[in-house]
This record gives sequence, structure tokens and C-alpha cells, in this order.
Amino acid sequence: MSATTFLRRCVSTPLNAVVTAAILIWLAMTLPGLVRWTLVDAVWSGPGPQACAGVDAACWLFIKDRFGQILFGSYPPSERWRPILCLAIAIAGVAMFALGWRSRKLLAAFVLTALYAIVATILLRGGWFGLSPVPTSQWGGIMLTIIVAASTIATSLPAGLALALARRSNLPIVAGLAAFYIDVMRGLPLVGVLFLAIVLFPLFAPPGVEINVLLRALIAFTLFNAAIMAEVIRGGLQSVPKGQMEAALSLGLRPWNALMLCVLPQALRAAIPGIVNVSISIIKETTIVLIAGLFDFLGVLQGALIDPAWNIGDQIRQTAYFFAGAVFFIICFGLSCYSAGIERRLSKGELQRT
Amino acid sequence: MRPPPVPWSTRLKLDDPRSFAIQVGLVLLLCAAVAFIAHNVGANVARLNLRVGFDFLGRPAGFDIAQALIPYPETSTYLRAFWVALLNTVLLGALSIAGATVLGLAVALLRLARNPLLALLALGYVEAVRNIPLLLQLFFWYFAVLGPLPPPRQSLSLFDLVFLNKRGLAFPWPVPEPGFVAFMVLLAVGLVAFVLLARAARRRRIASGRPARGLWGAALLALVLPFAGTLVTGTPVAWDVPTPGGFNIAGGATVIPEFVAMVVGMTIYGSAFIAELIRGGIVSVSRGQSEAGMALGLSQPRIYATIVIPQVFRAVLPPLTGQYITLFKNSSLAAAIGYPDLMLIFAGTALNQTGQPLEIIGMTMASYLLINLAIAAVANIANERMLRRER
Repeated sequence: MSATTFLRRCVSTPLNAVVTAAILIWLAMTLPGLVRWTLVDAVWSGPGPQACAGVDAACWLFIKDRFGQILFGSYPPSERWRPILCLAIAIAGVAMFALGWRSRKLLAAFVLTALYAIVATILLRGGWFGLSPVPTSQWGGIMLTIIVAASTIATSLPAGLALALARRSNLPIVAGLAAFYIDVMRGLPLVGVLFLAIVLFPLFAPPGVEINVLLRALIAFTLFNAAIMAEVIRGGLQSVPKGQMEAALSLGLRPWNALMLCVLPQALRAAIPGIVNVSISIIKETTIVLIAGLFDFLGVLQGALIDPAWNIGDQIRQTAYFFAGAVFFIICFGLSCYSAGIERRLSKGELQRT
Repeated sequence: MRPPPVPWSTRLKLDDPRSFAIQVGLVLLLCAAVAFIAHNVGANVARLNLRVGFDFLGRPAGFDIAQALIPYPETSTYLRAFWVALLNTVLLGALSIAGATVLGLAVALLRLARNPLLALLALGYVEAVRNIPLLLQLFFWYFAVLGPLPPPRQSLSLFDLVFLNKRGLAFPWPVPEPGFVAFMVLLAVGLVAFVLLARAARRRRIASGRPARGLWGAALLALVLPFAGTLVTGTPVAWDVPTPGGFNIAGGATVIPEFVAMVVGMTIYGSAFIAELIRGGIVSVSRGQSEAGMALGLSQPRIYATIVIPQVFRAVLPPLTGQYITLFKNSSLAAAIGYPDLMLIFAGTALNQTGQPLEIIGMTMASYLLINLAIAAVANIANERMLRRER
């Protein structure tokens, strides 16, 4: 819609003109205040908390003061190159895939992800190769948020794929068990599954075996989200016409190859928007690890608010929540635009084919 | 002639050796895993000297619950605490679902408003709400909005009827008066009469093709009848209006701030998702249907109310059910801000006191599962009835 059509439609009828005027007046009343609060009057630098005292505007000094913690939690400052290196390897790997890996993508992705998980775990936890050990209780901040989100997505995707295939299997017992698992998991709240993992996993493990709290939380996230992923992927599988499988079989492919080479690529492509949407909700859900006593991005901020030195007024809390909200919004909104773009492209391709 | 019954081994595909191997192998594997876990649980229970069994439900709980819909005296048992917490969860879920539906419908209509600025504003609302974690939004409402509220002495008030302060939200509560029963009976009679008249009018309209007249008169009658009755019996209900006192607000009904934050947060969060669902539904049915309505000379609101919205609800009910279940499950986040729901009271406090995790987590999970199955079942029945009516 061009700018002129937009403007014309804003005043198309007298009622519309009145509504437009009302909205404009409301915006004129609120927007300047918001800009003043976030930018103009905000405190950007200063010697300490007293710089923000009595200023009814954002206190970015607080964020700056806590920035190391917001990024890494209580990960020792001298070792922070390790998570940065992990992130760099991940970015390099993704870039390599996006730019030009062509053969056996699915298998390669699977193997490389598994390898990366091992390398990253060793790097982050230390204890090997002369790296000083950093217990997971010291992990936190955005780093922990990324770890939880990335490992949940990386594990629940293959698990969800397996569950979806099992649910559509023509073996009734396999299909029934998969359906039972998916339906039960989808009927439980994630907080409940997390509670279950925290409280019951120590009882489920053999006596003497201690399961790390972070690992328990990660398992809970995977168990829960695998069921969600399975339903999205099942939708993708259902969107592939039956004729595709039949055509592949009639060409002489074995059922497994027909599935892997013909049906699955189409199904996964159709499921991408759904998978991205589930990933967005996983990113938002990571905040729940706070309940398990882990200090993710939101947890670190919430914890920093308790600091008596910064207990100088409501503006600190408002700044913290505004900042957290903005970060989550940028990540999630960006991803949802990406997913909407793919969806548009897919539906266009669909139109061209018919 | 009836076909011969299929043996169960064929139905489960156990005749073919490969299928047999895969399926029996899977079942054996699962059994082994369950046996392993059961064995470990047994060993751990013995090692930690845990109590087992449900007799703890009859023991006194001994803790207080900030919000109880049913009487919860100090001597109450754990079972009583379970019911109180479950009712709190259900109340929160039901109110949030209802609120999110109404707000979501309103936002969906705004998203489709002819005024592009209004539509843009609604889009901004939806995107902002959808892309920020619910937990953060709950923190915002609880700590940043309700936290800094004034103490009861300086409550914010709306027409001196509703009061909001640090301690919660106080609002007028109806108290039945002597004429209450008579009023309700007359109201019921009026409603039944109205329904019967409306049905008759509908039948006449379908038979004759002309819109039935006098329906509004009937509706008026249904309302006037009970109110006329009150002239004889006196007012049916008195309103217990809260009045600000010295340190607290006296009278009326009060809900705790945790509840206010949860309902507000979940209603807003749910409304963004529901708005998008309903908007999608409206777009999918709207075009041809509303053009047909316009061709018949119906007004825009009439088209929406009688043609588009009923069809939209038919189209969106299945995904809407999923959204309701998600929203209900989200109520478990209450534990993070201290609203006494099932998670906080039963899976939290009761678990810590009794030290019986297996039973308590089991009961909690089963409760959520049963309620979600109930929501799905009700939606299924509604869906089937709507589909049947289509024929």
C-alpha cells in the first residue's frame, strides 16, 4: 500500500477521520514521553547508582554496570573467551552450511551438530586439556539462554522427526505409542515437566548417580518440545501428497529411500515455518529455567534487581524489563518475519507449480 | 454375510516377521526402561527412607493459602489443600481464557479495521505481545505495575466502587436479599418463555420467509417480568461496596495482587494469539460471504454479527482449542510470582513438607492432563454440533 493510499484510507469517511485524529492525538501524547524516557532523559553514564537516583527515566547505567553478568552470568571473567569461541565456531559452521554444503545435508548436519555438542561441552565445562573447570551453576545470562534454546532446538528436532515418523508408521503398536507420548506431553505444562525433571530424575537414576540440574532442565525441555515439533513435522508430512511416495516406490526405490529422498525433503520444507514458530516459542520458554533455580538472561536481571545498591526507585526495574523485552522482541520478531517470508515464498512456489 | 473377524495379531501387524521384530523389540525395550526406572526408584526410596502411599492426603497440611474459594480452616488436610489449589488454577485458567477470547476478538476486528492506522496499531499490539516471553510480562505486571501501587489508604479508585492498591483489587460483591429466590424464579420463567417464543418465531420465519415480529417484545417481557416482581418483594441483591478504612479496605470482595497480575498478563498474552487465529478465520471466510451480505443490502455490523462471525468460529474452533489448552497450561507460571495455584501450593509447598515427590507430582500432572482432556472433549462436542448443523 503506497503512502498516498494509506493517507487517503485514513480519512475515507468522517468516522475514519475522527478515529485517525484520535489515534494521532494519543500518539502525540504518549510517544514524546516514551522517547524522553528511553533516550533523552535517560542516564547513560555516571559514577554509580546515585547518578540514576531520582531520575524518572531509563537508567542504562544499570544495564552497562551489569553487562558482563547479563552476557555470561557468573562465568569467571578470565574464561569468557571460551563461550565466545563456542559461538564463533557455531556461526562459522552455520555459515559453511548456508554457503555451500551440498552433499548429504541431513546426515552432515546431524553428525556435525553432535560433534559440536561434544566440543562445546568440553570447552564450556573445562576440566580437560588444561582448561580450568567451570561448574554449570556458574553459567548464566544470555549465554545460558542461548545454550538452553540451541540445545533444545537441536535435540527436539530429530526427536520430533522420529516421533512424527513413528506416529505415521503403518505399524499400529509403534504409531500408538508415539501418539500416546505426544498427546500426554502436549497435555502437560512445561513448568510441570520441568518440576518433574528436577524432583523425580534423581529418584529415577541409579543410586549414587547425580544428574546435573542444567542437564535435567535440558532433558525436560527436550521431552516437552519433541512432542510439539513432532506435531509440526507431522503437518509437513501430511502436506506431501500420497502420490509422491507411490511414485518413488514405483520407480523402484526402497521404502526407506523413498521416504528419505522424496517425501522427507518436501515435508521438512513445508514444515519450516512451523519449526521456526516452535523455535520462537522455545526461545521465549527458556525464561522458565528460572523456576529450576538457573539464572538465564531474565534470571540474571531479576537477581540484579535485588541488589540493595541499586534499590533506588522503580526506574531500575522498568529499565531492566524494558531491556529484556526489547532483546526478546528483536530476536523473536526477527525470526517470525523470517518464517513469514519463507511461508510466502513456499506458497508462491506452490502457485507456480499448479 | 459378515466378513470373518480379523484376528488381533493381524490387526497389530504381528504376522509379518519384520513388523513383529520391530514392534515386539520396541515394547520389550520400553518395558526394560520402565523396569530399570522402577528398580532405581525402589532402591532410592529405600535408601532415602522416603514415605510411600497416599495416606498423607488425610494428614493436616498446616500451611495457609492466600486465596481459597472453598473454606480452608487451619486444620485442613493435604487433600483439602489440593482442592483449593486446583480450584485456584481452574479459576485463573477459566477467567483468562474468557478474557483472552473477548479481547482477542476485539483485536482481530481492529486488525481488519478499514482505518489503516488503527489496523497498524492493532498489529503493533499483537507483535509486541506475541514476541515477549509470558514470564517477563507477568513480572512486568506483578513487580513493575502492581508492586509500586499505593497502600490501601491511598487506593486508586474507580467511581468509589472498585479499589486497587498494594494488597489487591477490591470490588462490590452481590449479597442475596429476601427477594432473591423469587427474582431468580421469575428470571428463569422469563428466559424459558423467551427461548420458546424465539424458537416459535424462528419456525414461523423459516416457514413464511418473513422476519418474525414481536421478538423484541418477548425479550423485553423476559426482562420486565423479574424486575416487576422486585417491586413486590424488594431488591433481590444488595451490593456490598468496599469502603476504604484505616489500614485496609472493608467490605466488598478482594482478590490478591498475584491473581490480578496473572489474569491481566495471561489475558493479554492469550489475546494476541487468539486475535491472529480469528483474523485468519475472518479473512478465510470473509470475501464472498460478506459480498453476498452486501448484495442483500445488509449493514456491515449485521454482516459481521450474523454471517461472518458464526462461520469464523466454526473455522477456528479446532486451533482455538489448542490455544485454550496452551493458555491453561501457561497458568502454571503462577508459581513464579507466587499465586497459590496447583504448581505452587501442591507441587511446591506440599511436596516440600511431605517429601513424597512421586505421589504429588503424579497427582499434579494427572490433574493438568485431565483438565486439558476435558477442554479438548468439550471443544470436540461443540465442533461436532456445529458441523452437524451445517448439513
